[in-house]
Order: sequence, then structure tokens, then C-alpha cells
Amino acid sequence: MRSSKSAEINSKRTSKAYSNMAKKVLLEKAHVEGIRYYDVYRLEGGYRSVEKALKMEPAAIVEEVKKSGLRGRGGAGFPTGMKWSFLAKPEGVPRYLVCNADESEPGTFKDRYLMEFIPHLLIEGLIVSSFALGSNSTYIYIRGEYAWIVDILEQAIAEAKQHCFLGKNILGTGFDCEIYVQRGAGAYICGEETALIESLEGKRGNPRIKPPFPAIKGLWDCPTVVNNVETLAAVVPIINMGGEEYAKIGIGRSTGTKLLSACGNINNPGVYEIDMTISVEEFIYSDEYCGGIPNGKKLKACIPGGSSVPILPANLLLKTAKGETRYMTYESLSDGGFATGSMMGSGGFIVLDEDQCIVRHTMTLARFYRHESCGQCSPCREGTGWMEKILTKIENGKGSMSDIDLLWDIQRKIEGNTICPLGDAAAWPVAAAIRHFRDEFEWHVNNPELSQKQNYGLANYANELSIVS
Amino acid sequence: MVKFSENKLQEVQTIINRYPEGKQKSALIPLLHMAQEEFGGWLSPESMDYVASILGIEPIEAYEVATFYSMYNLQPVGKHLFEVCHTGPCMLNGSDKIVNYIKTKLNIGVGETTEDGMFTLKTVECLGACGYAPLMQLGKHYREHLTEEKVDAIIEECRNKQ
Repeated sequence: MRSSKSAEINSKRTSKAYSNMAKKVLLEKAHVEGIRYYDVYRLEGGYRSVEKALKMEPAAIVEEVKKSGLRGRGGAGFPTGMKWSFLAKPEGVPRYLVCNADESEPGTFKDRYLMEFIPHLLIEGLIVSSFALGSNSTYIYIRGEYAWIVDILEQAIAEAKQHCFLGKNILGTGFDCEIYVQRGAGAYICGEETALIESLEGKRGNPRIKPPFPAIKGLWDCPTVVNNVETLAAVVPIINMGGEEYAKIGIGRSTGTKLLSACGNINNPGVYEIDMTISVEEFIYSDEYCGGIPNGKKLKACIPGGSSVPILPANLLLKTAKGETRYMTYESLSDGGFATGSMMGSGGFIVLDEDQCIVRHTMTLARFYRHESCGQCSPCREGTGWMEKILTKIENGKGSMSDIDLLWDIQRKIEGNTICPLGDAAAWPVAAAIRHFRDEFEWHVNNPELSQKQNYGLANYANELSIVS
Repeated sequence: MVKFSENKLQEVQTIINRYPEGKQKSALIPLLHMAQEEFGGWLSPESMDYVASILGIEPIEAYEVATFYSMYNLQPVGKHLFEVCHTGPCMLNGSDKIVNYIKTKLNIGVGETTEDGMFTLKTVECLGACGYAPLMQLGKHYREHLTEEKVDAIIEECRNKQ
């Protein structure tokens, strides 16, 4: 059902947004029947980028990726071409490419979609990238829970090998490459690249201290590049169309397309490929994407880029603090810094409607990070547990005002004080929830009985707030 | 005494061959998965020792890993393990209700197994399928968009399987 709000916003959409909407370079063929299999994928133009790339110099491929402006799609948004150019190339030492398919950031399920529906796109991107980086053994590290996707990937690898796109002397170029799928066993932290490497070495997923960076000393102490699934898949259109052409999609430094996984209280949860030109409002209310909020409810808040990025109330989500339209781009989503902005992150777009409780939602995220902390660094190991306990207390109507201050104090002491970014990822959602929804926390403290029977609702978040920056 | 079948031992060798010589410890996580599947759905100390012996590593190295990753069961579980996701996005879509429904229906708490040894209920953190919430993992697959009716059907399906 479309809400009246949705209809109103649809009518306001510009034709520019419509004309840009169709630009898809990753999922364009994802719905072609049988695309999961080599024959259909090949008929649809698959593996052309391998044929093209293997005639190029590896350095020229890296150059194309640099020109494309591609940024890491796992969450950090670091320029991929630059990451590749850091790879050390000592004589006689193997180099490795590792694909990070440990998708575990709450709200994120885009890589699963890509691997499940169009697995050959990832394999194709991996072959080109392996050639560019000089990796003869490439590993896909996939989260253990995605067990059935392992079969899909292994099938795709076997087919590619059968058709000489993998194995020895690929297409007669003398380049050898094997791709192996390695299952994890349930640990969010293994999405962090050094923890992933530890895990791939058969150890606990404890992140390493950097430097040395994996580009110098990674898997089995050899130079290693770790890239996200979507990043490596994007190498295919980059090679096919050329880096410069790819860079023309999107706005500014947000080049290309981005896969977004939308969930929470929306009519059409799912995975969407957007070119980074549409507004947040359009993404939420357009029937092309989220399709608005069920049952005509109002938008309360949203986490636009996976659970660790700051939550924003509706007014700051749709418009920046300066009153400008907020777009689904790296720059626009982070406009205003953490005071009034958020981040593109992994593209896990979580929408909360007017009935949702911010305290309860934040509590589940705190529980998640407590569960997933590897335990190496005290601020994270202890702090995540404290945050979960305090949030549980407040949620259950047993909190005090000083608990809110204590919560704020703990998150500040975690942020920036840990080996890896899990500490920050745990601190940010708590900080943002208090920053923007402090009155809801206070309402829980002041109304311990009422808060067990009903939610705070929208309070004043639907109205325009005066922004203090 | 636990031991992999000949077929499984061949699979073990294929896995070990994926890594450079001397780096066979990388096979530990895949082998622990295999041991859990083959030896009753959980990792007994005996199973972990066995895996360590195959890889020529100390038993403690297998314990370290088995205790770190949440997919390894260090206690026996029921024949059918319901792992219901309850992180943020699933919570927004009613995972609490699904957990409560399963508890009532099977008359067990979270982390408990039914008396007949058929079902174990666990809550787990984000399964990476937030758009299809609420959901659970059952064996190799996810069961998505759960409702009370679907839970009933799944329980029935499991009962019929035995």
C-alpha cells in the first residue's frame, strides 16, 4: 500500500531522477533466466572483460581502476585503485587476492544477492583482478552461514575452469589462477581484513596491529589485497567500458553504482543498484526502490549505511542541517559530520517507522557488538558489555538519568582506542542514538512503567527541528 | 572413536591442497565444520583432537578456534537447530514474537533442547538477510519471512523427517 506521503513525493520527482534511474552495471542481467550458469552468462556478454584484460599490462588494469574512482564497497570507501597500487611486489614471493564475502554488518545483504543470483560476475571480476595483482591463488572468504552460496560459487568456478577462464595458462596467456572458497564460522570481526586473514590462516579472528598493512605483509606474511565482493564485481564493467566512462556515472567522488540493501519498515525490502545521483527521499518513497513505509506510517529514523553508522532522525535524513536535499552519495550522506550527518558505509539501509523504539533498537545493536567483539582490546571487550547492560536496564524501565551520561562516557572511551574499527562501530550507533534521541532515553527513565507498555513514538522528530551545530 | 569416512578423508586432502605447503592449518575451520556435521552436530573434545591430529597441530589450537566462532556447538544440540536472528533489523520486523512463539510451541527456552532431543532453539546475531526478516537458519538454509504459520509448518516438516 502506498501512503499519501509516498504519492506526494513521487509527484515531486524530477525527470532527471527518472532518466538516471535505469543505469545498472552490476545487476542489469541478474534477472535473466539461468544467468547463474555459465552458458547463459556468457551469451549475455560474460567474461568479455577477462578476454580484454588479459591482453593488457597488469599495471594498465590498475590504472583503469584508478581512473574509475571506484571506492571500496565494503564500508570504508577507500579508493580501490590506490589500495591496489600499494601492493608490494618482492621477487619470488607470492601475492594474494582475497575476496571479502564475510558480509555481516546488520542491515547489509547485498553481496549475498550478487553471489546468489549472478555468481559469474564475481568470478569474472576476480580473474581480472587476480591478473592485475599477480595472484595465482585467490580466496573467497565467505561467512559460514551462507553455506548454500558456497555451492553456487563452486559451481561457477568449476564452469569457468571448464571453459579455460581459470586454471593453468588461461586463454593461452601463460597466466595461471585458481579460486578457492573458504567458509568462515560465524564471526562479524572476520569482515575486518586482518582478522579475515588470521581466520584464513586457521586462527581466531583477532585483528592485527597495522602497520604492517596487508599490502606488505598479509596472508601467510605475503603481500595481500583484500576487497569486498561488490568492489571486485565492479571491476568487470570498469574494464568493459573503461575507467573514464565508469567515472561518469554518479556525482563527484561517488562514482559508479552502489548496491544498497534496504530493510526495516519499508514496503519493498531488497537489494537495489543505484547510480549515486538520487535523493534519500526518493530512495525511501519511490516505488522503484523502498516503496514508502507500510500502513501509511511516518518515517521516524534511518541508519543509511549499516548498523555501525550514525542513525539520523527523519528531518536530518532527508535534508542536511543546511536545509539542502540529501543524496545517496558518499559525500552527501556524511554532510555535517557525525553532528548532523551519517555515512554511506556498506549500503545497509535500515528504516524505522514511527512505532519503533530507539532505545530497544540501539540495545539490540549493542548486544550485537558485545557478542562480536573479539576481546583483544579492553575498551571494546569491556565497553560493549557495559553498553549492552545499561541499554537493557533503560529499555526495561530500570535506568536512571546518570546511566545516559555513563553510556555517553563509555562510548567516548571506546572510540579510537582499539586495534580495529569494531570499537568505533560499536560506539557510533550508541552515540548517535543519544545525540539525536536523548529525550526518548530520558522518557524511558522518567516513565519506567509507561515505557513498558508503549513506545515513545515520534515525539517531535516529524517536525522541523532547529539545528544547533 | 571418531573417524572420517574414506570419502571425507579425500575431501580433507582436497581442502588441504588449497593452501601452500606447510600452511595446512588454514584447513582448520573447514575441517571443524566437517567434524561437526559428521559427528553428531557438535564438537566434542574428541572430535577437536581428531581434527588437530589430522592437521598435525596441537589440540589447543583447535579448541582456540572452536571456542571463538559462534557456528560451532560445544554442547550437544537437538536434531533440528533453530537459529533465529534477533538483531536490529529483524527485531523491527517482529523477531521477538517469533522467538516467543517457538518457545511456547516447543515448551523450551532459548538455548534449550526439547526432551525428545528433536529441537534446539538459539537466538543468533545478524544472519545477513535483513530484508527477508524475520528469519532463522535451519541446517544449510535460511527460512525467511517467518510467521507463526510458517513456524508450525517447519516444525511439522522436521517431525516428518525423522
